[in-house]
Amino acid sequence: MYGNAQIDPKEKAKSLTDGEDPVLLAEFEARVSAGEKVEPKDWMPAAYRKQLIRMIEQHAHSEIIGALPEGTWITRAPGFRRKLALMAKVQDEVGHAQLLYSAAETLGKTREDMINDLINGKSKYSNVFNYPAMTWADTAIIAWLIDAGAIINQVTNSKGSYGPYCRALERICSEESFHLKYGHDNVVYLATGTPQQRDMVQDALNRWWTPIMHFHGPPDKISQHTEVLMKWKVKMASNDDMRHKFLEEYVPKIWDLGLTIPDPNLRKNPDTGVWEYTEPDWEEFKRVINGDGPCNKERLQVRRWAEEKGAWVRKALLKAETKYTVPLA
Amino acid sequence: MSSIDPRIDRLELPANEDGKEVMNKLEQWETYEVFHQKKRGDQHIHVGIVHAVTPEMAIILAKEQYTRRRQTSNLWVVRTADVTATAYDDADMFESTPEKTYREASDYYCMDRIRKYQLEHGIKDRKEDRRKVKEAE
Ligand SMILES: [Fe+2]
Ligand SMILES: [Fe+2]
Repeated sequence: MYGNAQIDPKEKAKSLTDGEDPVLLAEFEARVSAGEKVEPKDWMPAAYRKQLIRMIEQHAHSEIIGALPEGTWITRAPGFRRKLALMAKVQDEVGHAQLLYSAAETLGKTREDMINDLINGKSKYSNVFNYPAMTWADTAIIAWLIDAGAIINQVTNSKGSYGPYCRALERICSEESFHLKYGHDNVVYLATGTPQQRDMVQDALNRWWTPIMHFHGPPDKISQHTEVLMKWKVKMASNDDMRHKFLEEYVPKIWDLGLTIPDPNLRKNPDTGVWEYTEPDWEEFKRVINGDGPCNKERLQVRRWAEEKGAWVRKALLKAETKYTVPLA
Repeated sequence: MSSIDPRIDRLELPANEDGKEVMNKLEQWETYEVFHQKKRGDQHIHVGIVHAVTPEMAIILAKEQYTRRRQTSNLWVVRTADVTATAYDDADMFESTPEKTYREASDYYCMDRIRKYQLEHGIKDRKEDRRKVKEAE
């Protein structure tokens, strides 16, 4: 769900191409299927624009809210080097939010409107950030495994059709490699440390396994909707495919450290090469994404506090003659 | 409300249930397009935008946003509103028409003509000796 926007179930009845000019639509689809990128001022179907705004905006919110659980531990990082590295990572994540807000802006939604929709709850962000980072080890698991999931999502989406989003994702991916290495280093340090450190990182993994399995979103329903979004290269892979990629790459690395994954059914089927697992609780996923998670309130209240406390500075600097122009690219 | 983050616990966080909008129109100001030059001698390349009030502020934010990791020798910022651009819809005006091949280097070849003239007039081909050596090998 990082860049895989939740689709409002009420919208599914209507076709995505209703009311579009067939000639323009055909030209658009030909361009996309030829691998050409769509740029901000091009003609595009209304549903393409809408879905992209929703997706990029949610991704941006996820970056900015995602800075909060890890940010909790900056003041209590174990040592100066870890503190500096965590600060750098958190700064990167906020930078990612800015890049993504910029990409969404090119589609015609202002940053003010996006921030308002985040704070008043109209717009979602990645579910996993509604869980707390209970210990330092949680930040290690987040930096390694949540970022790993994010990288899989971002690399996949960077092959999509909307130019500004692809460019933002490429910049983001080039910074993520540090996050991944930093996170891995942190987990390895704890997992190879004292028995107490090992327990701490095992506990964190146990706490985070469900959110990690939730990360790429519930299995996609096979629908015309999904088909059209795939044809338009808005959706680049199914949620299950991305989850599978994650398991393929990271479960062996977790097991390398002698850590246990809290799912007795998790295994790679030697005959099919497919990872088998217990479906995580998707009812919990729905409940949390709709506001009833352990930290939803806190996350949004913190954002609101930051925006309200900063408002006077932004207003004092605003020049009366300012006019807004949609960014170029 | 109780957070595991003591800094958050110390704040008096505003309630967030009234659906109130906190951000007014233009509160994020306007945008500047950012151009980045990696090292002297390179072209400046467009890398994205920042929101700012003045060019000086745009430069500071562009440094923060676009040079955290990247080697950089120079930045430019330009107000988005000041940029004039062509429309993608008019991109056909950049297409080269077939009758404009006279502008292409590949449209000029005269070796056949030179060889013919040399044969007719007994002029030795400079490259002949070299060719013979190659063939002998
Ligand atoms: Fe990020
Ligand atoms: Fe990251």
